Amino acid sequence: MTALLEVQGLDISFGGLTAVRGASLEVNRGETHCLVGESGCGKSVTALAMMGLLPGNAVRRAETLRFDGGDLRGLSEKEMSRLRGDRMAMIFQEPMTSLNPAYTVGSQMAEVMLRHRGGSRRAALDRAAELLARVRITSPGMRLGQYPHQLSGGLRQRVMIAMALMCEPELLIADEPTTALDVTVQAQILRLLADLQTDLGLAILLITHDLGVVARTAHRVSVMYAGEVVESAPVRTLFSRPMHPYTRGLLSCVPVPGKIRPGDPLGSIPGMVPQVTPDFAGCAFRQRCLLTRPDCAGPIARRRPSADHAYLCQIPPEEMVRS
Amino acid sequence: MTTPLIEVRDVGRQFRVRAGLLAQPKRVVAVDGVSLQLKAGEVLGVVGESGCGKSTLAKIILGLLEPTAGEVLIDGKHLASLDRKERARLIQPVFQDPFSSLNPRRRVRDVISLPLVAQGGMSSPEVNRRVDEMLERVGLDPSMADRLPAHLSGGQRQRVAIARALVLRPRIVVCDEPTSALDVSVQAQILNLLAELRRELGLAYLFISHNLAVVEHVASEVAVMYLGRIVEQNQAASLFRDPRHPYTKALLASVLTPEPDLGLPETGLGDAMPDPANVPPGCRFHPRCPVAIERCSRDVPATQRKEPSLVECHLAVPA
Amino acid sequence: MRGWRSAGLWVGAFIVGFTLLVAIFAPMLSAHDPFAQELSRRLIPPIWMEGGKPEHWLGTDQLGRDYLARLVYGARISMLIGIMTVVTSGLIGISLGVAGGFFGGRIDDVILFIITARLSIPLILVALAVVSLVGSSLTVVVATLGLLLWERFAVVARVATMQVRNLDYVAAAWSAGCSQPYIVMREILPNILSPLAVVATLEMALAILLEAALSFLGLGVPPPLPSWGLMIAEGKDYMFFSAWVIMVPGLSLFALVFGINLLGDGLRDLLKTGRVA
Repeated sequence: MTALLEVQGLDISFGGLTAVRGASLEVNRGETHCLVGESGCGKSVTALAMMGLLPGNAVRRAETLRFDGGDLRGLSEKEMSRLRGDRMAMIFQEPMTSLNPAYTVGSQMAEVMLRHRGGSRRAALDRAAELLARVRITSPGMRLGQYPHQLSGGLRQRVMIAMALMCEPELLIADEPTTALDVTVQAQILRLLADLQTDLGLAILLITHDLGVVARTAHRVSVMYAGEVVESAPVRTLFSRPMHPYTRGLLSCVPVPGKIRPGDPLGSIPGMVPQVTPDFAGCAFRQRCLLTRPDCAGPIARRRPSADHAYLCQIPPEEMVRS
Repeated sequence: MTTPLIEVRDVGRQFRVRAGLLAQPKRVVAVDGVSLQLKAGEVLGVVGESGCGKSTLAKIILGLLEPTAGEVLIDGKHLASLDRKERARLIQPVFQDPFSSLNPRRRVRDVISLPLVAQGGMSSPEVNRRVDEMLERVGLDPSMADRLPAHLSGGQRQRVAIARALVLRPRIVVCDEPTSALDVSVQAQILNLLAELRRELGLAYLFISHNLAVVEHVASEVAVMYLGRIVEQNQAASLFRDPRHPYTKALLASVLTPEPDLGLPETGLGDAMPDPANVPPGCRFHPRCPVAIERCSRDVPATQRKEPSLVECHLAVPA
Repeated sequence: MRGWRSAGLWVGAFIVGFTLLVAIFAPMLSAHDPFAQELSRRLIPPIWMEGGKPEHWLGTDQLGRDYLARLVYGARISMLIGIMTVVTSGLIGISLGVAGGFFGGRIDDVILFIITARLSIPLILVALAVVSLVGSSLTVVVATLGLLLWERFAVVARVATMQVRNLDYVAAAWSAGCSQPYIVMREILPNILSPLAVVATLEMALAILLEAALSFLGLGVPPPLPSWGLMIAEGKDYMFFSAWVIMVPGLSLFALVFGINLLGDGLRDLLKTGRVA
């Protein structure tokens, strides 16, 4: 079976700086793929690149960029915008800025439907109400007539999700969808996304910096660092047998009850992320890595400890396990 | 018994907010009858969701906001009676956003020395020596002293903010979401630094956060706030092991630890969000509570205490 | 777009800088006394026109005074009025605005009322009335304009102060034990200067235009001082036969005000991008 979204060797640069270099990932139907990394690692830019939403000064190159088998690279802006919101949809961290404050929830939702599918406004509003109920908003009829500022943060994110689902997309890209929300609301929204996935067979690309969110929602995980996907594995493998030194460092930074005693020092990663220019060679993590060796400045090997686990490092799995 | 460093007695704060030009001003209850104590060397964690009043409480304790009810004692003295220099020597803040907590037009040296300069009477070589000492202490290179905040990373800025807070050697530091704006790896560095400094300098922290995993890691005692009130309080270990209030239980259940096999929790909370302008009658948590009974919407639950724990719920007893 | 904008900044800065230099070095730039009348040499056209004389580059006016000398000394009046008015109105407006924004509450209500009251005063009419009552002199013009043109400073300073006051570094300074005056002067003022610099350019242009208007109506600086507005007024009787008598000061006025506005626009864009970086 081919993946729904297939990206290989994605490069994105802004002016003289490289935001993404050679990133590859695949998202399968019915699967949640988490793209995790810290700020500035290029995860959001990667998502925008797939939606064709990069700012004008960005340069995008890719070996493969396929959606449902069709090449996205040569598509015009018009063809891309036909795809966006229809077969692939996106939700963002701050729903307030992605909703238009001057229009009601109902008219914004109906607009998506009318633009892509046509039909009557009445039918579009009915569908909107149905979806609001689907994302477990009580009294959807009343909500349709409300403006975004009348809703709480959690409700707005539900509205965004419902809006993204208007045209039954196959792929949903969610960029930090719960970062601005309270913990209890975060749990509710993530559960909702998981339920929708089961019901609709959605493929979800979830972008987050939160390893807790990754652990509880992902099927597959790709870890990004300085524009590269440094490790990719099924979620259980990643958390039980992380290979890349960055992934290991990141996991040790999070306080986990039962694993790290209160008050004990947390693991940490020394140093800072380097600025990556187009002529940057070798591993971007080498200055911060405890296992660094001279050949880390050269071309880096992609290692595969198992069929569905890959990481980008000079140190082979046998040695890594021992260290 | 020793005097607590902070004693908050029945403190309340209301705001008047006008929703529209002609609308009647609304009363927003940010903090309502909160009492707590911070003892020397302790870390008191205050947790709750946005709008629960935890940041307002921090501002009141720092003297940045006047309470509309109750009183605050710092080291046994009334906060209102302390002069600004005396207060600065006792209690200092570290804020959430390292981008707005440093004056963009001042160099790192001037940021850190500000509390010393405000005290007055210190020669400038002495000030510089103290600043250099603080820089080293928080793990920053002395060469950073002449930089502007714009040229520092988020983690470095937060270190500068910590240095500024500690340069007067206060006894209390109020940390208002000190790591929420930081990346995971940087958050770990800052938490380690705060823990180390606390041991070395014998500090007490009032640690405000929405991140329960972080609070569990750093706090010795925890207070859970909901819509302006402390609904449960206990020693950290006991609270996380044996939560009593349904809200505490839901909060704990919502924490997503990085453990893939646990799946997503069902919190049982509805989507009626707490609104400080519209505090429900009876128990203020009842519209969202999964176990509420009829009485909860009618009677305000009493504060049940059993030292060191406290709970406010009709259906729970203190641990 | 950006390139054009920053070009505007440079053009504006050049025009304003040039005028400022001319104003400062006026005595060295003109061989003639701007007040010396020579009725036998009335209305000589500029050098490039028929009948122009090489000793009067821009010709002479209806009283035979050298037009270049008058123009150069007129720049002095314009710049003096512009700068003095901005200083006066800036002091008034910024003090009121910062006080309102910083203290809030009752004080802010009062200051808002004063601003609103000022906004409802018709500018030119009051200026005219005051000047005609008190009598026209440079000091009176500066004082009148300064007392009238502060409201934009106040509005901008008030809003900027409100924003900055709520930032954490102000709270940190407060917690550090700094006094209120120290916080206002060292923590707040330096961080609201950028928008105020833009306001200053706008007000300067406005003040120069108002002075010209007042002088044109005979109520600005008194003759024989060489103000550009006065030059236009004095030349208006001759403009059908000698159009240059109003063209020269008119174009100068236009260029200076245009330059100040370009400078202000450029400054605003520069500061806006500077804040993001």
